[in-house]
Amino acid sequence: MQTALRTSLPETELASRANFAPQARMLREERPLQTSGLPLSIRGLRKSFGDNEVLRGIDLYIPAGQFVAIVGKSGCGKSTLLRLIAGLEKIDAGSISFGDAVQPEDIRVMFQEPRLLPWARVLSNVEVGLGRDRASADAHARAEKALTEVGLTDKRDQWPSVLSGGQKQRVALARALVSRPRVLAFDEPLGALDALTRISMQRLLERVWRDQGFTAILVTHDVSEAVALADRVLVIDEGRIAHDVTVNAARPRQRGSAELASLEGSILSHLLSADDRT
Amino acid sequence: MSLIDTVSLPRSFRLPRVDGLIQWIVPLAIIAIWQVASVTGFVPTRVLPAPSDVVLAGWKLLLSGELVRNIWVSFWRASIGFLIGGSIGFAFGLANGLSQLSAKLTDTTLQMVRNVPHLALIPLVILWFGIDESAKLFLVALGVFFPIYLNTLHGIRTVDPQLIEMGRIYGMTDSELFRRVIFPGALPSIFVGIRFALGIMWLTLIVAETIAASSGLGYMAMQAREFMLIDVVVLSILIYALLGKLADSASRVLERLTLSWHPAFQKR
Repeated sequence: MQTALRTSLPETELASRANFAPQARMLREERPLQTSGLPLSIRGLRKSFGDNEVLRGIDLYIPAGQFVAIVGKSGCGKSTLLRLIAGLEKIDAGSISFGDAVQPEDIRVMFQEPRLLPWARVLSNVEVGLGRDRASADAHARAEKALTEVGLTDKRDQWPSVLSGGQKQRVALARALVSRPRVLAFDEPLGALDALTRISMQRLLERVWRDQGFTAILVTHDVSEAVALADRVLVIDEGRIAHDVTVNAARPRQRGSAELASLEGSILSHLLSADDRT
Repeated sequence: MSLIDTVSLPRSFRLPRVDGLIQWIVPLAIIAIWQVASVTGFVPTRVLPAPSDVVLAGWKLLLSGELVRNIWVSFWRASIGFLIGGSIGFAFGLANGLSQLSAKLTDTTLQMVRNVPHLALIPLVILWFGIDESAKLFLVALGVFFPIYLNTLHGIRTVDPQLIEMGRIYGMTDSELFRRVIFPGALPSIFVGIRFALGIMWLTLIVAETIAASSGLGYMAMQAREFMLIDVVVLSILIYALLGKLADSASRVLERLTLSWHPAFQKR
């Protein structure tokens, strides 16, 4: 954990200060032209488990390359929505389309648990992410490149069991990134990490999203994480989108700035008012 | 060296040679005490011959070729029986772990058969096969079958479903999923089964050879009893102990080689 912080914090800090501020403004205007991401349109999406209707008609359009955070209290259906987008559950009614012919490798998910194979070395765990390209000649090189992106090149021959929680999650991120996905879904990927590792992971997520331009969908219960990372925050309540909040703050974002804090406050009050009703 | 010393000493400071010898201190001490007790007449040689006499008996049998032949026969029976029973157990474990239909079809039956002590079948087996080789192989295979079957099944059933979901998301085919996720995940449990099975393998073989055989270590011991050769009887028992230890060591080495990823087998 300690080493993870030391290696990644200054690096992300430097990179974001040096390159991203001007680039960010450019991206903001021209994102649809530059992005590799896929747009996502969801119409009338419903899902129930037994008698329990979890999603009750979701209509949503996500432009290509947007970073969307989904928040809501537990059991509101946010994880189900993400699992439907990732194709992990069957849709009951409605549709999800990506506006393009999608390959399985185009959509990747990162979970709260790293889900690494304990019996495979770090590098071969990353190679798993290549999907059908696993057997190709450049598999090794691509996996190494992805490991470099998350700053873990020196751990390539380690067993996952010797890594810290944050390092395991970074390997899982490298595995998700290695196939150059166009949609990346995060299901509370930082939920199990300590506060400091969390912040460094958030910066890492923001950096790879900017570098690669995929469409990012982040399910989280941490509203401050949502406003720090996302272009747009969706509040889900009782299976519907209750609020759709745009976050206009310029990147790189100052954690704890008044602008973000007030946004966070208003989103929290939405969440709490929903809580009062029940 | 006290216990606390050995525990607190970092691994790198201990000599691996010494480490390997420590486990032999107790058996060697027992033999030394035994020798002294026999020589001083504390234990009459009619009850328990001195270790030196046992070694001497072993040397004589070795020269006559009888010892090697009997060990070889027992070893051969043990391994073939183990291979047959182990493969069938492994196959059923795989099938029932991977397929609900197969499990529904066969698991209840197998659990019923499991509750019959397999050594209780000896009279039946003698009626079927006589005191032929196949009788011993059948008993060993039957004894070995259940621990391997149960542990393979348990290993496969307890593979982390989140890893299986991960494998599916990343587009693994069924065979890839088996090779890269399910089998390695079940392996630690399969090894537990193998080590249980090795114990049962020797037990079954000793009993079978003692009751109905015309060669092998158990037969050698029974024959020696007929002629009151107590040193040969003790020798046979000691050889069983050694062979058992050998089989266990072999499975440990195999375990260490294949489970090097497991935290329990990693060098710190």
